Amino acid sequence: MKIIYALFAAAFAALAIVPFAAPWLQFVLTIAIAKGFAAVGVALLLRAGLISIGHAMFYAAGAYTAAFIVLWSGISDLFVLLIASTLVTAAIGALVGAYLVRYRAIFFAMLNLAVSMVFFALLSKLYGITGGTDGLRVPVPTVLGTTLTKAGFDIVLFYVALALMAIIAGLGVQFLKSPLGHAVGAIHTNEVRLEYLGVSAWSVLLIAYTISAALAGLGGAIAAVSIGHVLPEYAYWTESGHLVLTAVLGGIGGVAGPFIGSIFLEIVHTVAVGVAHNAWNLIMGATLLLVIFFLPQGLYGLVTKSADKTSSAKLGENKS
Amino acid sequence: MSQPLLKAESLTIAFAGIKAADNVSLEIEKGEFLAIIGPNGSGKTTFLNLCTGYIRPVSGEVYLEGEPITGWAPRRIARQGIARAFQIPQLFTDQTVRSNLLLGIASRQGVWDGLKPLARRRYQEEADELLELLGLSAHADAIAGTLPEGLRKLADITLALALKPRLLLLDEPTSGVSALERFSIMETLMNAMRTKGLTALFVEHDMEIVERYADRVLVWNSGSILAQGKPAEVLQDPRVVETVVGVA
Ligand SMILES: Nc1ncnc2c1ncn2[C@@H]1O[C@H](COP(=O)(O)OP(=O)(O)O)[C@@H](O)[C@H]1O
Ligand SMILES: [Mg+2]
Repeated sequence: MKIIYALFAAAFAALAIVPFAAPWLQFVLTIAIAKGFAAVGVALLLRAGLISIGHAMFYAAGAYTAAFIVLWSGISDLFVLLIASTLVTAAIGALVGAYLVRYRAIFFAMLNLAVSMVFFALLSKLYGITGGTDGLRVPVPTVLGTTLTKAGFDIVLFYVALALMAIIAGLGVQFLKSPLGHAVGAIHTNEVRLEYLGVSAWSVLLIAYTISAALAGLGGAIAAVSIGHVLPEYAYWTESGHLVLTAVLGGIGGVAGPFIGSIFLEIVHTVAVGVAHNAWNLIMGATLLLVIFFLPQGLYGLVTKSADKTSSAKLGENKS
Repeated sequence: MSQPLLKAESLTIAFAGIKAADNVSLEIEKGEFLAIIGPNGSGKTTFLNLCTGYIRPVSGEVYLEGEPITGWAPRRIARQGIARAFQIPQLFTDQTVRSNLLLGIASRQGVWDGLKPLARRRYQEEADELLELLGLSAHADAIAGTLPEGLRKLADITLALALKPRLLLLDEPTSGVSALERFSIMETLMNAMRTKGLTALFVEHDMEIVERYADRVLVWNSGSILAQGKPAEVLQDPRVVETVVGVA
């Protein structure tokens, strides 16, 4: 198990030198990490056996909250925006979740989709507030009171996103090992037994749903300040589908999975669009098929498997 | 005068016109080991479902030490101290047996802790103690879903015990187990019961087991109680022999 930490540390170090080694990747990775937060949220619900095809609404909620705060209050500090957007989205998630976490299977998936479509429609139609289909522009935030150029801000944002990713991954690993984390998985394996242990599956799911919304909101806020523009498309159902795909592709076995999936997809996307513009969907589809057939645990499974192999080879024992 | 631990009063429920509980009344005294026997489909499991809130009776009441618990949700009844093991084991099949128990133990305080590990020392020690008591130590690290049925049933019972219940309901603890293993499982179970000073109700098919272990036996037939009393007497009753023993 030690080797996997070394692997992650190496990957993290590689990411950290991107602004200098491969500046063209910096924006791509910032967005990948932003979407990664949302995909982690989706993955958390997947562990409970629930597929949300609507989580882009929380990504959009985080993005629009950041935009509203800047436009309405004039406060534009990066950290205030990130924290406030996360909290507001958590509150929206708790409200929506209180209604939705009663449902299971296809009903849960479809209701999330339905609510997100209403959300998308509101963002598109409420022109006076949301700017309609034109969206809203988000000026470059300050960082702890310091005004930066867009280029300078982008570098800071990249490192902030990277640090947040590490923090969320650390907390996530602890969460999955905790009683609450186990209870989330228990809803998937045996909800009846969980209730017979005296645990309210509804409450467990509401907490999980709120956390998942908050994570998506954080991602949305990062995207908003990175792109500098928020659009109703952030909430569109294909974006929600993309998040599910990211989570499944990356793997829901660990917190790193969705981030790996997101970074992988964004890079493949960037490369594929550049190389074969029209074949982008084909490449994506083929990639997904390969992963589903050969890596049922997602890309994360590939990482843990190879790490396991190396470590047991080293110790000369056959751990399973 | 002490209250009965559990009291059911005139419980009635029907499925598609068939009465699975027809005006059932019974009491379980503290410390008692009560058996229920009866043909398949006579409503034994339904009675456990009614007592634990899984289904609601059309009429009638259930009391736990005098407190009405009719219509409460299973989780609320579980928190009041009625634990249940199932006819078909209900485990978290993708987890180890130990991890199943850890969640059971943790759930007594609610599972709201999202940061400290479930596998903390205090829970581990308690889980290991339970595993030892039920003779499951060797299977502690096996994935629950991969165990043979007999062991899964035992793990299911152990998970119910992890709740430190006041009353334990067991639905055919020895079904799906070879005749040879039955008695050893029952010995283990009885030992655990005595150690914990538990009151239990168990549904059972095997007459020898009922005769050997039950303090009292209820005979179920078509949703109502046909006879009850000391096993030695009840099992001689010609009506009982006809409906139950003859069938089994
Ligand atoms: N949830 C249910 N819905 C419909 N019918 C049920 C349900 N539960 C039990 N029954 C019916 O009630 C009767 C009693 O079943 P059950 O209590 O499982 O019997 P036993 O445990 O004694 O074998 C059977 O006819 C069964 O089909
Ligand atoms: Mg039954």
